[in-house]
Amino acid sequence: MKPVIELRGVSKHYGNFHALDDINLSVGEGEILGLLGHNGAGKTTTMKLILGVITASSGEVRLLGKSPIGRHADVLRRSMGYLPENVSFYSQMTGREVLYYFAQLKDIATSTCKELLQRVGLSHAADRRVGTYSKGMRQRLGMAQALLGNPKLLLLDEPTAGLDPTATAEFYEMLQILRQQGTSVLLSSHVLPGIERYIDRVAILGGGRLLDVGTINELSLRAQLPISVHARGQWPDVDWATRLSKRALNFQHISEQRLELTAHLDSKLELMRILLAEPTIEDIEIISPSLDQLYAHYNQPKPTEVDL
Amino acid sequence: MNAILIIASKEFQDGIRSRWVLSISLVFAILAIGLSYFGASASGIVGFTSLATTIISLSSLAIFLIPLIALLLAYDSIIGEDEQGTLLLLLTYPINRSQLLLGKFSGHAAIMASATLFGFGGAAILVAIITGQLNSPELWKSFGFFILTATLLGWIFIAMAYVASVMVSEKARAAGIALMLWFWFVLIFDMLILGSLVINKGASGGEWLSYLLLLNPTDVFRLANLAGFEAARSYAGLAHMGGGQLFEPLALTGILMTWVIAPLLLSVWLFNRRRI
Repeated sequence: MKPVIELRGVSKHYGNFHALDDINLSVGEGEILGLLGHNGAGKTTTMKLILGVITASSGEVRLLGKSPIGRHADVLRRSMGYLPENVSFYSQMTGREVLYYFAQLKDIATSTCKELLQRVGLSHAADRRVGTYSKGMRQRLGMAQALLGNPKLLLLDEPTAGLDPTATAEFYEMLQILRQQGTSVLLSSHVLPGIERYIDRVAILGGGRLLDVGTINELSLRAQLPISVHARGQWPDVDWATRLSKRALNFQHISEQRLELTAHLDSKLELMRILLAEPTIEDIEIISPSLDQLYAHYNQPKPTEVDL
Repeated sequence: MNAILIIASKEFQDGIRSRWVLSISLVFAILAIGLSYFGASASGIVGFTSLATTIISLSSLAIFLIPLIALLLAYDSIIGEDEQGTLLLLLTYPINRSQLLLGKFSGHAAIMASATLFGFGGAAILVAIITGQLNSPELWKSFGFFILTATLLGWIFIAMAYVASVMVSEKARAAGIALMLWFWFVLIFDMLILGSLVINKGASGGEWLSYLLLLNPTDVFRLANLAGFEAARSYAGLAHMGGGQLFEPLALTGILMTWVIAPLLLSVWLFNRRRI
């Protein structure tokens, strides 16, 4: 896959403060990469580097094979959409006027604005002043703005912050459609539950360093996060403790009918075989490590880390 | 369409939407009509007074008001966008920082120019109709020159407000700097000059003192508008000051333009260095 975004050994220092240190990262065509990290981990700085708003102290940033900085970057900027983290837009203008303004700046026919407003679900409020918009509506307007000119690459900084669960789900459905059209997406977030399904790969930032990058499964394996297994059945005489002692990390026989245990991801199949060998078993539920747990694992408090 | 033009027209429309243009025009018009009617009340006359008196009183008041309005209009131009989150967004668009700043400046400049033109121009027409001077070239020349220099004065302080706006990281600080600029150029500077004259008992420095006045755009504006009237020169106590070629209206207008360009270039330079 040809990388749409490529960061090679990128660092950004402000004086003595290392905002980013030696980041290597790439996003392929039609890929959705989630950039996770606590506040001050370097998510926004990474985005600013890719956007060409700031220059790297060292290393190389490439967008579609080219540098995002300089005169020629105007062409790149037309095929790129960005949704900033906190944007309240111009409160005196209507949603439509704001979108027209940005369309003009991006040199895009304003006739596409109507369709975009519809797509983000703002048609009914297009002629109201942005000052009267809710946080969610502003976020939608921001999304419409980012989608101007069908960008090949979208950078979304905390896109679902302030959105209710329905709107969040709608938002990710929209991303799916965009991905199918070949749009690459880099999104940063600290709202984790439920986004696993929508992102292809995860990059975890902490204290300006890239802690790990890969699919959620790869990361779970590497982080040695346990899976949980819940089983139910009729087994008055079975001695589960002996049977499972070698495989399970933690084991709880809640009642005659219920069994809960945790185990390493790589012993999952063996566990299944042991459980299924017992004919009285009625139900097995496997809970894979969630992004939440993964995130918590990488962000275990380290005394040397400074939260900014 | 050119990016500077797009940004400028948005800024100008903002000025119309927020009624800046309307309210500044009204303030100027009321001021001009009021002064031309009551301008001579100090000498015991009420009624439309001579053109010289009107222009002199108008420029004295404009010196207080125009810088204040211009600073208020523009102090949050860049820092406001930053706090809204739109500055970062705009910089990811295919425009560069200089275009953004010059576009916004052009918009604000257009707001100032049209308010000055409508306000003072409207007043001039009204006064001309009432006093029957519609055909007086003298009136149109003086008012025309006054409007031109008043616009330049407004632009100067808009450009200064931009310097404040690109320097700071908080709106409140920009407002503070704007106020200090106003105090310095409108009140303190002249006080210092007067003070030094008094200390010297007017004995020396008449020459270089008048050149010192060129360092304050409000004084340049005053000189430019008074220079046109012989009567005004003695009236305003400026007869002994600024007799050189630099103090001809045309040259003074050029100096005003320099005063627009210098802070504007400074703000562009600072903005290009601003950390986003």
